[in-house]
Amino acid sequence: MAMQATTATGSESGIAPAPKISLRDVTRRHGVNLALDRITLDIPASTFFVVVGPSGCGKTTLLRMLAGLDAPTEGEIRISNPQPGHPQNAMVFQGDSLFPWMTVWENAAYGLKMRNVAASVITEVVGHYLGKTGMYGARALYPHQLSGGMRQRVSIARAFANDPDILLMDEPFSALDEQNKTLLHEELLRIWEETRKTVVFITHSVDEAVTLGDRIMVMTAGPGRIKTIVNVDLPRPRNVVELRHMPAYGELVYNIWAQLREEVDRTRSRETGSGS
Amino acid sequence: MTRRRSTAWAWNDRSISILSPLILLGLWEICARTHLIDVRFFPAPTNIVKHLVDLAASGALWKHVGASLYRLAVGFVVGCIPAIVLGLAIGLYRPVRAAFDPLISATYPIPKSSLLPLILLIFGLGESSKIAMVAIGVFYPVVINTAAGVRQIAPIFLDVGRNFGASRFNMFRTVALPGSLPLIMTGIKLGAGMGLVLIAIAEMVGAKQGLGYMIWNAWELFDVETMYVGLFVIAIIGFVMNTGFDALERAIVPWRKG
Repeated sequence: MAMQATTATGSESGIAPAPKISLRDVTRRHGVNLALDRITLDIPASTFFVVVGPSGCGKTTLLRMLAGLDAPTEGEIRISNPQPGHPQNAMVFQGDSLFPWMTVWENAAYGLKMRNVAASVITEVVGHYLGKTGMYGARALYPHQLSGGMRQRVSIARAFANDPDILLMDEPFSALDEQNKTLLHEELLRIWEETRKTVVFITHSVDEAVTLGDRIMVMTAGPGRIKTIVNVDLPRPRNVVELRHMPAYGELVYNIWAQLREEVDRTRSRETGSGS
Repeated sequence: MTRRRSTAWAWNDRSISILSPLILLGLWEICARTHLIDVRFFPAPTNIVKHLVDLAASGALWKHVGASLYRLAVGFVVGCIPAIVLGLAIGLYRPVRAAFDPLISATYPIPKSSLLPLILLIFGLGESSKIAMVAIGVFYPVVINTAAGVRQIAPIFLDVGRNFGASRFNMFRTVALPGSLPLIMTGIKLGAGMGLVLIAIAEMVGAKQGLGYMIWNAWELFDVETMYVGLFVIAIIGFVMNTGFDALERAIVPWRKG
């Protein structure tokens, strides 16, 4: 059983900035099943932190605990320097998470409305982010009238409009085709550059991880542990298409794939192997 | 041009739905006039309409329609409101479901019309027994569909509500109620139809007015045309009710596809 838990704080530059999110020995069991095993991790403020891992490695469990939707069985999660007047987090969910009974505008304004923010602020902020995501013209439509890509744009606008301390994204683009995905990567990065909020982004796509992330954490096949954490030193702002020309990009993708490969193989042999 | 074509299609669909009953009536008329069918049992539609106009002019028809509509409306409200409340509670809270689910599943298959003698026993021959029959008919489809409506709300919507800080009340107002509304509307439509069936049956026993009484009384007097007038009027009420609920549904459930 290979399990080196590399600590995230050891950044090459030496002095690490104060962590925004700290996890200490976070463990989560589903019944007798160990989903996450002693995750210890620091995520500095304003970092775009990406988690990759084979399916069933507990990525989503980790994110749900950061969102407060699930509690760790053991261990501690700390989010420091909470900004007063802001929600602690907002999540962009995997798949269709827009309320079908609300228009684009009402969906994007949901978080602010639940927090009883002044109507004038809602109008301004929601208008801003629907503009940024190119969905302002569709604000009166219902989700069933939108394509999958448009729906995820609204979902992103909803999360950013809520102006949270940290942003959590759970494979938000996994259901989209390649072209839409590339467009949305560009848009997400453009919006993110404005605010530089701390992001925890979950994906199973290595390309996506390298394109978006400052740091990439590779997880082991279940139970989820930290296999390694890789720094992505690609310059920002990034051009999503140009990026693929860069030798450093290819190398990062290759290295992370090599790490991930072992885990994916292990998941597969476990599934095809001994019965359950 | 696609726009024009689609409106033309919509118009065509509508004209077909208007034409098809008219064609059927036309055939009926021809068969009656040529005595292909026995006019003692199947009088010509034009005669029925003439009779309908007579009854309407004399005021006799309105008395019966009014009585039936009143019972239908009151029974609908009496059955519908507790059904929605109970249905939401069953959908949202496990203990409520555990308590009521078996009761509802056990009593639901009983034909509601077979309850009429019992209802008459309990409520007597007056208005309340008619209203109770309608209420029972409305209650079941609404409660069952409302509970199912809450339970079919995808868990992700509850997560979204929690993640964006919805309070308990807002969770109910912005997620549970709108999420179950499409099925609540389905239940209401089914319930209203059931109410119409039951009011006609209930009025055949121990009533002195109402469409059910009108039909039954016409049968006893072998006044076949009046009987048909009663049936026509019930059909029209059913049609108007359905159209009305469809319009209501489009207004309050604008996200429902198709």
